[in-house]
Amino acid sequence: MLDQLLQFLISGITVGSIYALVGLGFAIIYNASDVVNFAQGEFVMIGAMSTVFLVGKEVPYPLAILCGVMITILIGFALEKFAIEPAKDASVVTTIIITIGASIFLRGAALLIWGKDIYGLPPFSGDRPISIGPATILPQNLWVIGGTLLSVIAVKFFFDHTLTGKAILACSFNKKAAYLVGINVRKMLLIAYGLSAALGAVAGILIAPITYTSYDAGVMLGLKGFCAAILGGMGSSMGAVAGGLLLGVLETLGAGFISSGYKDAIAFVIILLVLFFRPSGILGTQEADRV
Amino acid sequence: MRLAGFYLFALFTGILPVLFPDSYYVTVVGVTICTNVILAVSLNLLMGYAGQISLGHAAFFGLGAYASAILTTRYGLDPWVAMFIGAVLVGIFSLVLSRPILRLKGHYLAMATLGFGIIIHIFFVQMDNLTGGPDGMSGIPVLSLFGIPIDSDLKWYVVMASAMLFSIWLSLNVADSREGRALAAVHGSEAAAQTMGIDTARVKSHVFVLSAVMAAIAGSLFAHQQSFVSPESFSFFFSIELVTMVVLGGLASTFGAVFGAIILSILPEILLVFEDFEVVIYGAILMAMMIFLPQGLFVTLSRRLHCMFASRFQRTK
Repeated sequence: MLDQLLQFLISGITVGSIYALVGLGFAIIYNASDVVNFAQGEFVMIGAMSTVFLVGKEVPYPLAILCGVMITILIGFALEKFAIEPAKDASVVTTIIITIGASIFLRGAALLIWGKDIYGLPPFSGDRPISIGPATILPQNLWVIGGTLLSVIAVKFFFDHTLTGKAILACSFNKKAAYLVGINVRKMLLIAYGLSAALGAVAGILIAPITYTSYDAGVMLGLKGFCAAILGGMGSSMGAVAGGLLLGVLETLGAGFISSGYKDAIAFVIILLVLFFRPSGILGTQEADRV
Repeated sequence: MRLAGFYLFALFTGILPVLFPDSYYVTVVGVTICTNVILAVSLNLLMGYAGQISLGHAAFFGLGAYASAILTTRYGLDPWVAMFIGAVLVGIFSLVLSRPILRLKGHYLAMATLGFGIIIHIFFVQMDNLTGGPDGMSGIPVLSLFGIPIDSDLKWYVVMASAMLFSIWLSLNVADSREGRALAAVHGSEAAAQTMGIDTARVKSHVFVLSAVMAAIAGSLFAHQQSFVSPESFSFFFSIELVTMVVLGGLASTFGAVFGAIILSILPEILLVFEDFEVVIYGAILMAMMIFLPQGLFVTLSRRLHCMFASRFQRTK
């Protein structure tokens, strides 16, 4: 029982790390542009798929990863430039549909290039399990958890200690004021989309050796990331990370102890319960509407 | 005069099968269009008029379809009785759900409705001793009306077109009723509506139930028409497609929803010629339309026409 629990915790934290990265991407874009980016899951898929493709073309593994992330960043830039920027004053629903259109487009493109096959990546450093007490952990699990930790710290550092990061934060508080103090708002938005795409790509590449990837692998991951972001209170970066970890652990425990068929349902039941009792997320602040 | 557009549209749907009784586009695609129009119109009541986004509308459609499928095949009930029970159950279910869910706003409401839709879909897949699991259920009996079995494409066109026209008529009248104006007030500003003495929670929950029940009845008809249901028809993607129909046509306009549903039902048929490129083109069209016509196709077009006629009228004067 206890060793099972430990095992579930390990896989829960691994999956949760991925949700955390995707959720963090959601939060960054939402903060910068008030857009809920439903194409976030497609970043995850493209990062993994393009790395798989490059590895298949015998590009050295680390270089392939780097290029995979770069390709995804470029797509993030393109999304902002060609889909979000032209629709500046669109309503919430309209931007949701634009990003859904973008995700369908990207998924369709992936289908054209790579077909419906399922691909995997080799583990970063072997696949010999390490045992911790009664449970075992794969080296790739450690890579996922470590990679997530590093990414989150880097993002936190970026927003807290660099001028660009602070400028993006300024844009998310008040675009006009940011513009007036000389911040290039359009460039900041572009950077935010690129950063969010990079996080998605990293998540996709880290998890691909464990769960494999295919043209539609991003759909559920994107939705779970959205759950993580909502759970943490939309717009709170560290909230999204906490939400993702919590979601991953609860989901894995539920799947392990209740029923694996309902695994995906568990995440959404949690989110509904949280929303019914705390309509602004666990870590979100209660906001008063201005009339 | 208020319903002039409606009568014109009714005339059009009535003439089509007389002119082209054997056309695939009228009898087969036409029935799909009718189903989608009912769903889009019902969703528009909630999204367009009351301003409450729902990313889980396909769930109600699916609940109606599965209620009919299960009650007729497993319990041998008459299709009409099954449809009625399905509609009542969905009505009660949506009523219970409406209060907590409609307290939410914006992205949180989007998330909750999306989650709800996905949960229902997972139940369709997982409860296989009741729903047949991912393979779905077949052998749903034929529906008959006044003793006439509805067993041909043309007969189904007549039934679905009538149901569609009824739902459009209903929606137009709801929009112009006292409740409809209250909904518009809620859409404008919930706080302002409250200060005007509108019980906003009640109005919102009424329209939520109405919209859910309409979708459930459409689902029952769909189940009998297809004589087969599977979870695939009621997925998250279909909910999104419905939202797209409503927004594409133009929010808060019944005919906008009708227009959007017609376009999005025909589009895949046309895109079939592009084969592998179908999905990419579909996504690109969706993005382009929303970027360049954020008010919706129908609303923008009708406004343009209106301006054109108005200026011409002034010139002649």
